Amino acid sequence: MYRFIRTAALASLLASASSALAATPLELHPTPEVDLPVGDDVAFPNGSGSDVIASNCTACHSADHTLNQPALSREEWHTVVDKMINAYKAPITSEDARVIVDYLARIKGEP
Amino acid sequence: MPKHSTLSTPSRRGLLSAAALGGMGLLASRAHAETVDLHVPGGPSTRPLTATYPEKGRMIVQRTRPPWLETPFEVFDTGVFTPNDRHFVSWHWATFPTHVDTDRFTLKVRGLVERPQALSLQELIRDLPRFEIAAVSQCAGNSRLYAQPRVAGAQWANGSMSNALYTGVRLRDVLDRAGVKGGATHVRFGGLDEPLLPDAPKFVKALDIDHARDGEVMLAFAMNGAQLPMLNGFPLKLIVPGWSAVYWIKMLDDIAVMDHPDTSVWTTRSYRVPDTLNHTVEPGQTDYSLIPITRNLPRSFVTNLKPSDTIPVGVPQPVRGIAFGGDRGVAAVDLSLDGGRTWQPTILDKDEGTYGFRQWQSTISLAARGAHTVMTRCTNTDRLVQPIRRVWNPGGYMSNPVEALDLVAA
Ligand code: HEC
Repeated sequence: MYRFIRTAALASLLASASSALAATPLELHPTPEVDLPVGDDVAFPNGSGSDVIASNCTACHSADHTLNQPALSREEWHTVVDKMINAYKAPITSEDARVIVDYLARIKGEP
Repeated sequence: MPKHSTLSTPSRRGLLSAAALGGMGLLASRAHAETVDLHVPGGPSTRPLTATYPEKGRMIVQRTRPPWLETPFEVFDTGVFTPNDRHFVSWHWATFPTHVDTDRFTLKVRGLVERPQALSLQELIRDLPRFEIAAVSQCAGNSRLYAQPRVAGAQWANGSMSNALYTGVRLRDVLDRAGVKGGATHVRFGGLDEPLLPDAPKFVKALDIDHARDGEVMLAFAMNGAQLPMLNGFPLKLIVPGWSAVYWIKMLDDIAVMDHPDTSVWTTRSYRVPDTLNHTVEPGQTDYSLIPITRNLPRSFVTNLKPSDTIPVGVPQPVRGIAFGGDRGVAAVDLSLDGGRTWQPTILDKDEGTYGFRQWQSTISLAARGAHTVMTRCTNTDRLVQPIRRVWNPGGYMSNPVEALDLVAA
């Protein structure tokens, strides 16, 4: 799926940058249509719990975000998942949270 | 946001998986052909490099969606103003518009004001005095990748910072047009980006009223002489010179004048640092309080040499870099070749603005073969100096220690 970005340009905006009151007319011209990647080409490595993390942790940010994190302790992963639930209102059950912490601690390894 | 087309919002059920967002990854695989090694131990060290994002040149992909695109460090050697297509990108929520109708876009000014406003871009551009300022935009988590021990968060190397000359109008003039009422204490800012899940917190930040009216905080409709790239906040962005980029609300369309501080989690829970010297604590330490991140701190970098570069022994070697003073100008940049015991001054190039990057240069000569370390240290005009000791906090925020560049003389 492609997402199109079409922006309009404010050209020659700065012609009168030095004058106190700007009278430069606003000129609009569209930029070419472009794609914004979704980021689903990087997936959580298969293994016990990968389906749970994939369904709970990719709505707000692509998996590369979580996979680029360093190795953390189980406690630190818990803090992360709790923050997703409490601060950012991720709808994650405590059972799924436990599976996700196990999964991350295992695939990311000991710090 | 009926005024603007947005990224399609999938059904709530569909939100739980990225697969529901579709995409066969063709674009992304193309983008991921080239990688960069950020040379960090203990965790993924390589990142894709891509030039496929709209209005962006080659950027380091820290996260695909919502985009976190880092400026490759070599860009900082090319001058003090970061080209718009290399200016770093950071969004909190993926649902920002993919198209803004510039004829219908309005900036609302509401709350404790005499005359609530809905200003068009034309009104902002034509009716208000124009203002320009150069300023560094730096993510509060810049350099988090190098935290020891490592911490969770955006794993930025040193490239979530950029300097630009911004053109627009003063926030004070916009507030005066609306007429701030007595009793106002804070001004809160929001943009066109909305959280994906219904209960998630909209991204907002606030300034106290005196700061908002200081005549430097501004609304920019252009940077470096061109309209803002979509991913950097087109068509209007809040610029808070000297303060962390978290305050620089992109696609700014809502200004609320209030009689109380902002209560959102983005201030009360996120973007907080220990209220300690250099915002530094020991891992595991708990006996400190947290304060919101505000101003930038002084920093300096060598830009013409990379770690492990070999330079000829005993030959004068030009060393060049950039510095910024945070919420003050750069007073001095010094170099040390002996681990910080003695420092030698460098020559500062043209001052392009208090809050911007300042280029500096010097010459070193390494007499002995083998490993050497070049340290750089910025002092700002408030006499605030980069600390030589490590900076560490659990959020990986506001890192600004003296930089140490390891070189080999041969
Ligand atoms: C409701 C949306 C949402 C969901 C669902 C979500 N996150 Fe997040 N996550 C965020 C936001 C917002 C941030 C803050 C950084 C940013 O701007 O993206 C964040 C940041 C993070 C960070 C960086 C640490 C930090 O404190 O900023 C990690 C790691 C992370 N998320 C992992 C996860 C994992 C693992 C899951 C699944 C358990 C998850 N996220 C689900 C919204 C979400």
